[in-house]
Amino acid sequence: MRVPLPRWADMALIPVANVVLALFAAGLIVLIIGENPLKAVRIMVAGALGDSEGVGYTLYYATNYIFTGLAVAVAFHAGLFNIGGEGQAYLGGLGVGLVLLAFDRVLPLAALIPLAVLAAALFGAAWAFIPAYLQAYRGSHIVITTIMFNFLASALMVYLMVNVLIAPHQMSPESRELAPGAWLPQVKPVLAAIGVTVARSPLNLSFLLALLACVGVWAYLWHTPWGYELRTVGQSERAAVYAGVKPGRIIVVAMLVSGALAGFVGVNEIMGVHHRLLLNFNLGYGFTGIAVALMGRNHPVGVVLAGLLFGILSQGGAELAFEIPAITPEMIVVIQGLIILFSGALANFSRPFFERVFAATARA
Amino acid sequence: MPAAESAPPAIELRHIDKRFGTVHANRDVSMSIARGSITGIVGENGAGKSTLMSILYGFYEADSGEILVNGKPAAINSAHDALRLGIGMVHQHFVLIDPFTILENVMLGAEGGALLRRGKASAKQELERLEREYGLGVDPDAVVGTLPVGAQQRVEILKALYRGAGILILDEPTGVLTPQETDQLFRILKTLRARGSTVILITHKLREIMAVTDEVYVMRGGAVVAHRRTAKTDAGELAELMVGRKVRLEIEKGPAKPGAERLVVEDLTLHDARGVTVLDHVSFAARGGEIVGIAGVSGNGQSELLEVLAGIRAADAGRIVVDGVEITPSQPRDPARMRDLGVAHIPEDRHRLGLVVSFEATESALLGYQHDEAYAGAVLQRHGAINRHCAALMDEFDVRPRQPFLRSASFSGGNQQKLIVARELARAPKVLLVGQPTRGVDIGAIEFIHRQLVEHRDAGCAVLLVSVELDEIMALADRILVMCDGRIVGEVARSDADERVLGLMMANARGADGIAASA
Repeated sequence: MRVPLPRWADMALIPVANVVLALFAAGLIVLIIGENPLKAVRIMVAGALGDSEGVGYTLYYATNYIFTGLAVAVAFHAGLFNIGGEGQAYLGGLGVGLVLLAFDRVLPLAALIPLAVLAAALFGAAWAFIPAYLQAYRGSHIVITTIMFNFLASALMVYLMVNVLIAPHQMSPESRELAPGAWLPQVKPVLAAIGVTVARSPLNLSFLLALLACVGVWAYLWHTPWGYELRTVGQSERAAVYAGVKPGRIIVVAMLVSGALAGFVGVNEIMGVHHRLLLNFNLGYGFTGIAVALMGRNHPVGVVLAGLLFGILSQGGAELAFEIPAITPEMIVVIQGLIILFSGALANFSRPFFERVFAATARA
Repeated sequence: MPAAESAPPAIELRHIDKRFGTVHANRDVSMSIARGSITGIVGENGAGKSTLMSILYGFYEADSGEILVNGKPAAINSAHDALRLGIGMVHQHFVLIDPFTILENVMLGAEGGALLRRGKASAKQELERLEREYGLGVDPDAVVGTLPVGAQQRVEILKALYRGAGILILDEPTGVLTPQETDQLFRILKTLRARGSTVILITHKLREIMAVTDEVYVMRGGAVVAHRRTAKTDAGELAELMVGRKVRLEIEKGPAKPGAERLVVEDLTLHDARGVTVLDHVSFAARGGEIVGIAGVSGNGQSELLEVLAGIRAADAGRIVVDGVEITPSQPRDPARMRDLGVAHIPEDRHRLGLVVSFEATESALLGYQHDEAYAGAVLQRHGAINRHCAALMDEFDVRPRQPFLRSASFSGGNQQKLIVARELARAPKVLLVGQPTRGVDIGAIEFIHRQLVEHRDAGCAVLLVSVELDEIMALADRILVMCDGRIVGEVARSDADERVLGLMMANARGADGIAASA
């Protein structure tokens, strides 16, 4: 016999149980290749959280995951599955790059930051607009079109980098480096200014943008009439029509917001880390964002927590591959894959078990 | 005709107890259902009837108590076990595959081997035998999706019989039937009884209990509160037992005082996506201070009429005038702008239109009014006002439990409906569109909702009431229009209407059942 789970169990227990199951399965694989899983865990945790450098890298990765996780979550609340975070992040980066390449020697940083953020949002949103329009008014399925737009984004970027934006007199398809005055401040110098010493890492101020985005998404979805309408469309399109909402318009708006959030990855990567336009800076963040949103139950707080977890996996995993050569970077991808599998595809795998446990304790 | 007292009862329930968390759904329920009888179980929504039957059919497991089938203790853990013991269930919502023929539907799950041919032949033979024996009047080769609702229900009964069910449970079987179809169903149930089958009829319509059952159990608050021989009770007593107090089945209302025309509909025409005409030159007017009832078998254009009037769909031709404001297909108004005109809408489908089941009650109580200045500032919602509004609605309309932050799905049907009615009436609308206001709602709530509708009539609102329940139309409406095939086929004053006349008008032009249009 089963009973519905209490809210806290649904929100916290099940996601944690899924991660534990995934780590257990990953541990078995580590065991099979002849390494000690406990040692591997120790190295991962130490690598990700053991010192300020590790923490910096973890938060830097988490920044991207929070952006793409929020992007998926917002679309999900409108009943849409945005698989196009990858392409939207790519285009967001293009927007940031174009604006900064145009103005980096002209405008002060204080003007460049809002411009870059705006460009990231606009380009990401524009890339999401076409699939959104097709879904809302032409009945093309958003999953199919956003996937296709990932490939289009990829092809477009290769064309632009190889033929248009490549810096003169060099082989690799990268733009010229931005003027240092256009770099988004990294956390090390910012903290140094207030007397705190941390190790160098790519972590930059876009982490604050990510946290702001969380607050913004939370306020938008649960504290504005438009967010209320968006959630109504996601839960019941017929009820939304009854309430005088136009679902097509909501679908477009939700995807624009979603695309803009994914586009912010470009702020972190281009303005904060690489300081030039290049290829493949977006790789994997869009897709992992789906897992982050799923695991975070499409709530900003959950997305931050899940984003941190995936940040730990990325940073700790890199450390692990370095320390134990038998565990290759591909193995780390496998571990991430297991977590995605257990918290995504098998999200309700452990539910019947807990429902029975709760039923039994309720009866006792 | 209950069988001899010595034979064991077909089903005996002993001290069945079941809790869902804090909800005590069944309290020490004991019943004995005689073989070859028709036994009714009545009770309000949430009285525990459905839970009890779900236990009997293996969907839930009782916390304690035992079930005896034909005198032997039985463990029923799945529908499969139930079928094996000869218990069949006809659900409120049919479980049929529309593009399949009746034969294919009946065979599903009992195909009889890898190749269909042999199984089909023997199934057909068996169906013919059942047809001779029970006279269900269905053609095995007819495609289920093309059949009227009544015939689809008979297919469900056939499915149960084909699987050898000697005990048949029917859950609210008459909700979607015309009076004629209901009569036919009752004839079939009596034939089943005559052939020795046992029938359990779950309903909250007392007229049906009186018409067809031998015995009746009344449930209230999860417990059996009375067991009566049908011949030795009456609808009044049963109703009282169900709600635990006296209720009026007839609503007390003064004569209508019709004022100015508030809603005028002229030649409204609508075609669906396939080009079928669903509304065919519908014209009528409703005055302030009257309730206009629209009777008809469901699926004859009433739902679409309400949707067009509410602004959910635009008509293809014709015009609507609300309080002097004209709405035409070239200048349609969406539901938000219809609300601005003072049109409120209590929709037929409360789960999909009227509220959002996954939303908290406060959020459902806001549906349609999310941009109202009282609840939305320039950017942020005014959660304080929204929550107070919901609490006030709950108080005024006695929505239970009074928990504004409970998910809408956790309220019983009657309380969900009260919340919707409260929301729509809160603004004293000029025109009130009402669809099936009491479908799946318990008696106490029905009475309350009916009284509210009459009060708003008396306050000068023009009420358009669509219902497939003739009782409801006759209790409330001052004038009755009958819809059939997208047209208004007749109008009768309340004083001239009776069920026979209305029933025949409702069946007008429906050749399928062979009922002559004699009204």
